Amino acid sequence: MKYVDEFRDRGMALALAERIKKAVRRPWTIMEVCGGQTHAIVRFGLDSLLPQDLTLVHGPGCPVCVTPVSLIDQAVCLASLPRVIFCSFGDMLRVPGSRGDLFGVKAAGGDIRIVYSPLDALELARKNPDREVVCFAVGFETTAPAWAMAVTQAKQLGINNFSLLIAHVLVPPAMEAILSSPQNRIQGFLAAGHVCTIMGYEEYESIAQRYRVPIVVTGFEPLDVLEGVAMLVSQLEERRVEVENQYVRSVSREGNRQAKTIVGEVFEPAPRIWRGIGEIPASGLRLKSAYRAYDAELKFQRELAQLTEGIEDPECRNGLVLQGLLKPPDCPAFGTRCTPEQPLGAPMVSSEGACAAYYRYRSRATAKA
Amino acid sequence: MPIDSKKTLQLAHGGGGRLMQELIHDVFLRVFHNPMLEPLHDGATWPVEKGTLAFTTDSYVVRPLFFPGGDIGSLAVNGTINDLAMCGAKPLYLSAGFILEEGLDLDVLQRIVNSMAEAARAAGVPIVTGDTKVVDRGKGDGIFINTAGVGLVPGGVRVLPALIQPGDAILVSGDLGSHGVAVLSVREGLTFAGNVESDTTPLHRIVSDLVQSGIEIHCLRDLTRGGLASVLNELAVAAKVGMTVDEAVIPVNEPVRGACELLGLDPLYVANEGRFAAMVPAQQVEAALAVMRRHETASQAAHIGVVIDSDPPMVVLKTVVGTHRVLDLLSGEQLPRIC
Repeated sequence: MKYVDEFRDRGMALALAERIKKAVRRPWTIMEVCGGQTHAIVRFGLDSLLPQDLTLVHGPGCPVCVTPVSLIDQAVCLASLPRVIFCSFGDMLRVPGSRGDLFGVKAAGGDIRIVYSPLDALELARKNPDREVVCFAVGFETTAPAWAMAVTQAKQLGINNFSLLIAHVLVPPAMEAILSSPQNRIQGFLAAGHVCTIMGYEEYESIAQRYRVPIVVTGFEPLDVLEGVAMLVSQLEERRVEVENQYVRSVSREGNRQAKTIVGEVFEPAPRIWRGIGEIPASGLRLKSAYRAYDAELKFQRELAQLTEGIEDPECRNGLVLQGLLKPPDCPAFGTRCTPEQPLGAPMVSSEGACAAYYRYRSRATAKA
Repeated sequence: MPIDSKKTLQLAHGGGGRLMQELIHDVFLRVFHNPMLEPLHDGATWPVEKGTLAFTTDSYVVRPLFFPGGDIGSLAVNGTINDLAMCGAKPLYLSAGFILEEGLDLDVLQRIVNSMAEAARAAGVPIVTGDTKVVDRGKGDGIFINTAGVGLVPGGVRVLPALIQPGDAILVSGDLGSHGVAVLSVREGLTFAGNVESDTTPLHRIVSDLVQSGIEIHCLRDLTRGGLASVLNELAVAAKVGMTVDEAVIPVNEPVRGACELLGLDPLYVANEGRFAAMVPAQQVEAALAVMRRHETASQAAHIGVVIDSDPPMVVLKTVVGTHRVLDLLSGEQLPRIC
């Protein structure tokens, strides 16, 4: 398949791995920001090609994983309302809140639909004028433009039975939160190629300079990840601090102007709680005042007011995992009290979650050893 | 045309009276007709040959009822024939049980029944007994079909997971993932996957040819729910062995790969309705592949891996970049990803 097979070429992968091995002279710890990259690394066994001195830690770039328990609880509450059609991407349904998950609501009779595009959800609202269509708007900068598009279209078409429960988060503030933590051990980042396709990478340049940390914008295929690692290692060994772009076939420095414009028209930055990490200032999105009518948290204020504070399972150490301070197999609950069937936290559920990646692609026996 | 005065199914069609008689004669018997069914007795009877019988049942609840390359009717016939074939059996007879929802469009029912009759005829396996029930509107989902089947296992043939041995070759009968993607494309309105057709097909003739060619089949399994990855895991556990398969040689066609890449699905976990895995002695690989490839639906048959000693039982995938990882069971259905 074009644009896939050429980036999974075995010979070139081994050549890149060799280049990395030769370049690494000291131990380095680097983070791949995006969960999609984590899965590529584990699915293709890329870490087994890398030298032992190079430690890859998995970043917070899994939107499902960082959505706080309180928002899952709100989703469960709204999805249970008889007049609501609740739309979600598939990954969110199994994530546990403190009162169960969305699959449980569906089994109990809730009308939950898996959608592939925000515009499909809008179409659902148009076809069901007597119902309230509520969408779980989850994601990073990558999915924000599509939700913004759906909201502007709803406004243009006068569709009022449509609203968003917003769990949108932004990557750069999370990277800064990791870098400013006293426990930080990350020396370089593979930035998320899809996020930068939308946003460009200008805003990463100041992060790189302020924290003296090299950043390589990196794609998701095996050769992308290996080339990104090779570029990052070169910077580290040569003591360069730059933002470089490995994912040139998709990313430009300024990003996608149209997408950024519509996001800026509809959303504004807002403080956001990250599951397991806590509140990070200006790290999320909320609807601007002109579009507040589409905010489910306001629309269903009365219903949501009865919810008590969401409680995270105390045994889940997802905060440490998401900040790269703990490898999933080192968690005492991994594979025993926490499995994809009975997850304690979101990283064991999501297709981009680090714990799920390890669980699915590694032998539990070897992962534990 | 049959029952032209009533366009939709009513509860009375299951009530035992004249409407039910009309339904049975006009919709079912007219197309399923065969000498064993026609007496309309409580069951079918036939003399038993010497040997081993195989007996299986399966229920079909697929949404949507019609999808590119097939429908719930052809699926219900082929699926049960395939379960018999996977026992090494020659399928003899099928039963068909229908649970129909009040309000079902009779034209839809007739199309499905016609499709079953056509599939049964094509496979040479008649439907010799059946049953119909009608449930209240809202108590069913249009139509559920159960088929059961009886087959005869030829003398000397034993096909069982327990017979899988280290050293066996693992074969698949063709390209993977078409059925799951075809159904998903209609169910979710995914226009980009529009050219993919379900692979639903009866497999008994391929199996029969393998047996007659003297291939010492150790085990067969059709790659339905959960796809290749799930089936290999089940068999590895049942046979207490390990398996290593090579991702680079597992046949998956372009449109299926494309749809799976976009949705974040792994084709190795996507359902098939006309593909199977076979474990055969290593020295018979070429002979077995040659037999399989003579059939159009198995033209892409491939040797994808090997059975090894392993404790605990485990399936390992050699990835396209040459590394190794575990190919595990999924906990539930694959869920399309966010971004």
